[in-house]
Amino acid sequence: MEPTVFQGRYQVVKKTALAKEIYEMVILCPQIAQLAQAGQFVHVKAPSFTLRRPISICEIDRAKGTLRIVFEVRGDGTAEIAQIPQGGWIDLMGPLGHGFQLLEQGKKAIVVGGGIGVPPMLETAAHYGENAVAIIGFRSASAVILEEDFQKAGCTVDLCTDDGTRGRKGFVTEALKARLQQEKPDIIYACGPMVMLKGVAALAKEYGVRCQVSLEERMGCGIGACLVCACKTKKPDGEESYSHVCKNGPVFEAEEVVF
Amino acid sequence: MAKLSVELCGVEFKNPVIAASGCFGFGREYEKMYPVSVFGGISLKGMTYEERQGNPPPRIAETPSGMLNSVGLQNPGVEAFLAHELPQIVGKDTVLIANAAGSTVEDYCALVERLSDSAVDMIELNISCPNVKHGGAAFGVSCEGAASVVRAVRRVCKKPLIVKLSPNVTDIASIAEAVEAEGADAISLINTLLGMRIDIKSRRPILRNNVGGMSGPAVFPIAVRMVWQVANRVKVPVIGLGGIEKWQDAIEMMMAGASAIQIGAALFYDPYAPIKIVEGMNSWLDRQGVKDVREIVGTVQPW
Repeated sequence: MEPTVFQGRYQVVKKTALAKEIYEMVILCPQIAQLAQAGQFVHVKAPSFTLRRPISICEIDRAKGTLRIVFEVRGDGTAEIAQIPQGGWIDLMGPLGHGFQLLEQGKKAIVVGGGIGVPPMLETAAHYGENAVAIIGFRSASAVILEEDFQKAGCTVDLCTDDGTRGRKGFVTEALKARLQQEKPDIIYACGPMVMLKGVAALAKEYGVRCQVSLEERMGCGIGACLVCACKTKKPDGEESYSHVCKNGPVFEAEEVVF
Repeated sequence: MAKLSVELCGVEFKNPVIAASGCFGFGREYEKMYPVSVFGGISLKGMTYEERQGNPPPRIAETPSGMLNSVGLQNPGVEAFLAHELPQIVGKDTVLIANAAGSTVEDYCALVERLSDSAVDMIELNISCPNVKHGGAAFGVSCEGAASVVRAVRRVCKKPLIVKLSPNVTDIASIAEAVEAEGADAISLINTLLGMRIDIKSRRPILRNNVGGMSGPAVFPIAVRMVWQVANRVKVPVIGLGGIEKWQDAIEMMMAGASAIQIGAALFYDPYAPIKIVEGMNSWLDRQGVKDVREIVGTVQPW
């Protein structure tokens, strides 16, 4: 069996602060980039910490052999990862998990991202290009990231901020509802806080549109062996059980998730 | 090239490095990175007779040089294991150890009986699970409790029986003697140490189960001490585990008295650890002029 997951130290070829406590890194890791899919993640080691931190893949450039990740400093581990300079080395394991299922080009999609849930949507949005509407939401104007990247990918961008300092004032779910009232897409994809995902899933159900959501949970191995990253899911018959974000997800059909 | 193979209870391991239960699933997940045959053996995810869903998340927390987990034995049950998991992992050139857990003596016996007729090579009895019949105490924390379950299981177990001990006790060597007296063929230790972390912002424990088992390099010195104490008191082979992350740790654990070692938490941060440990041990033995890894077992010279 040929390896499909790799771990090693890879060079950070570009590092930028995108907003307060939000960093992007472009990492040269051809083995991982060749196999990576939209919605998958890499498991990142902070040098002084035991557990790796799962970070979603924002963009994949197979020709250059690079991955772009965008992450938020949430604690001491991510703060340490953010200290790695451009030209420095980062310990990655990946690509991991099941990503978004992409429909054939020409189909219409709405991608919904909230806060640090916005970066994982870029690769998926780019697949649909001008047939995608990207609804991206942030706390405030100062927290807005990647708006131009979605525009460059050809998407129509609905920008929302909680406080109205940029774009539409209010939550992404309100913008989604407005879009759905105009036209139903073939599929909706979402990543963000649980409460947002719950709202997106409810709207998708109401309008009868297929929806995939990307979940998050505290993680151990990242490859499906340790079973710590449990999330509650249900089968079509309603029976509930624990699935695992790293192995069965991070992307799930919204109707499977018990919010 | 030193001889790395070891024999435990009549079962041949090509090297003394075994994947620890709970850290390697049913052996298939890490095949995305390397073949399971890099290990001398793998101890499979702890299973029970009936399916278990485990505890609610979060089930993991970081600790200094370690981690806590509270998975709670999530597993598909023995019938699903035999039907769907075992056929995928047999014949892959590694010793298969089934890790068996339960809530009652009857549970353990029913499970071990079923596993005894399967293709697994050995059974590792996990006796650090709560005994719900007796007020939530654990079998593994008293000599009497440990002896009672091993006595009952021994009668139905047709495979070599390893008993995995809990470190949450005052005198682990006495428990080791008690299970040896009831017919354990080997002893593995240590299981995780009970720990707790609290989020000071929310004043809530990080684990939804409040408490969980601690593992990782932080527990290594405790594991070495306990392996040394146990190996000095029993005649059966001892398998050492707890915080091993590099080849030097594996050598140290074997010098303390372990005939083989298991790797657990290290896999999460260093997935290639087993390969590096086997290679590192081999070069060290060559440099030392030691022809056979078994020659280093128990060779610590205490003051």
